[in-house]
Amino acid sequence: MEIYLDHAATMHTDKRVLEVMRPFFEETYGNASSLHGFGRAAEKAVMKAREQTAHAIGAKAEEIYFTSGGTESDNWAIKGIAELAGRGHIITTSVEHHAVQDTCDYLKSRGFDVTFLPVDETGRVSLEAVKEAIQPDTILISIMFANNETGVLMPIAEIGKVARENDILFHTDAVQAVGHVPIDVNEMDIDLLSMSAHKFYGPKGIGALYVRQGVTIGRFMHGGAQERNVRAGTLNTPGIVGLGAAAQLAVDTMEENARHERMLANRLAEGLLALPETQLNGGEAARLPGHVNITFGGIEAEALMTFLDLEGIAVSTGSACSSGSLKPSYVLRAMGLSIEDARGSLRMTVGRDNNIEQIDTAIQKTKAAAERLQALSPLFAQRRGGKKYV
Amino acid sequence: MYNEKVLAHFKDPHNVGEMESPDGFAEVGSSECGDTMSMYLRVQDDRITDIKYKTYGCCAAIASSSIATDMVKGRTIEEAEALSKADIVAELGGLPDQKVHCSLMVEDAIKAAIADYKSKK
Repeated sequence: MEIYLDHAATMHTDKRVLEVMRPFFEETYGNASSLHGFGRAAEKAVMKAREQTAHAIGAKAEEIYFTSGGTESDNWAIKGIAELAGRGHIITTSVEHHAVQDTCDYLKSRGFDVTFLPVDETGRVSLEAVKEAIQPDTILISIMFANNETGVLMPIAEIGKVARENDILFHTDAVQAVGHVPIDVNEMDIDLLSMSAHKFYGPKGIGALYVRQGVTIGRFMHGGAQERNVRAGTLNTPGIVGLGAAAQLAVDTMEENARHERMLANRLAEGLLALPETQLNGGEAARLPGHVNITFGGIEAEALMTFLDLEGIAVSTGSACSSGSLKPSYVLRAMGLSIEDARGSLRMTVGRDNNIEQIDTAIQKTKAAAERLQALSPLFAQRRGGKKYV
Repeated sequence: MYNEKVLAHFKDPHNVGEMESPDGFAEVGSSECGDTMSMYLRVQDDRITDIKYKTYGCCAAIASSSIATDMVKGRTIEEAEALSKADIVAELGGLPDQKVHCSLMVEDAIKAAIADYKSKK
C-alpha cells in the first residue's frame, strides 16, 4: 500500500479541477489577449478564474496577477517593491522559504539593508521584534503566513496592523496557507500575497500574486502588455482556469477538510510521540491542520525517510526544495534545535484524502523503522543513558 | 538514488552491535555531515575474528558500515588496514556523489580501531 504524507511538497490535481481545465487545451485554446472570438472565449474564462482566485483571499479580481507559481510571486513581490524604491530596508524572518530568503539575500548583495528576524522555540516571530526592527527607511515587511516545514502560523493580522500603522508595505508568502486556513487580505492588512495552485489540489506551474489596489509594483517579466502591462507572457489559460477552480473548491470545502486533516495529524503525532526521545516541533503554536514535524532524537531522519520509502510511505526531511543538501533544516535550527535534533526531524503532511487506516499504518511502520535505527545508533544509546565504552 | 545492494544492506545491516572488552575500539565522526560511529574489534593472532559497530547516519553510512565490516571480518590486520573508501563504494556497486564521503567514516573507524588495538598490544 502506498501512502502519501508529503502534501506540503505538492498534491495531486483534483479530478474536478482537471475536468474544468481540459477544454482549454483543445477547444478553447485561443490566446486570451487576442481580440477575435477564440481569444474572447479564453479571456472570459480567465476573468472568472481571476474572480474565484480573488474571492479565496477576500481580494478584488483586479488585484490578482497570474504568475508561474509561488517562487515567481515571491521574487516579483519583493524585487518589484525594492527596485521601485531603489534603496531601503526590508524586514523578514530567518525561517522563510528559500524563494523569499534567497531573494532578500540577493537584494542585500545589491545594497539593500535586510533584517532577518529570529523566531522563538514555537517557530513564531514576535510582534515586538517586528516593531523594533522598523527603521525610517523600511520599505517592506515580508513574513510568511505559515511555515512550510512546521506548519506554524505567524501572527499575520497583527503584523499587518503594525505595517499599516507605520505606512510600510506588507507581503506574505501564503503558499502553504491558501485554501487551508481562512485568509482575508483586508482584515489582515496584507498588501501583497503569494500563492501557488498545486498546494491546494490545483495544477503545478501556476500561481498568483495579489497586489492591493493603489500599490505600485515594478515590472518583473518584460515583453507583452499582459496582466495590465506588468507581467508579460501569454496567459496560461488552462493553468489559470485550474487555479481558479481549485481556489473555489478549497474555500468551499475548507472547514470540512481542515477538521479531517487535523484529526488525522493529531492521531499521527500522538502515535509517534509514544516513542522515546521524540518531540513535536511547533507543537505549542497554532499550525496548519495537516502538518506534523517530529524530532526522533539520536537517529537520522534521512535514514528514516529512506526506510519509509521502501515501505511505500512518502514523507520528507524538511522542505523538498532543500533535500539532497547536507545541511540540517535552518527552520528548526532557528527554533533552537541542536544540529542533531534538526537532523532527526521528519515532516509528515496529511491531506484531505488520507484516512485513519493509512495513518495507523504509517504510525506502525514509522515506529518499527525508528526502533531499528535507534538500535543501530550510538547517539541514541547515549541519550538513553547507555554507557560509552572508553 | 540508492541501488538495490545499498538498500539491502541498509534494510538489514550485518554485524550491528556492541562488544564487551573489545581488543580494539574507536568512535569517529564525519566532520562533513555529523555522522558518528563506534567500532569494536575482536582480534586473535593478528586476525579480526569478530567486528561490531553502531552507526548514526544516513542510508549510505549504514550500508557502508554493514558491507565494510563484512569485508574485513576474518581478514588480517594488515589486510583490513588496506581497505579504502573506494573499495567500500565499489563493493556496494556505487553511491550517489554527495554520499561518497559517508563511506570514508567507516574506513576511518576501522583504521582507528586497529590503531587502538595496536596501542594496547
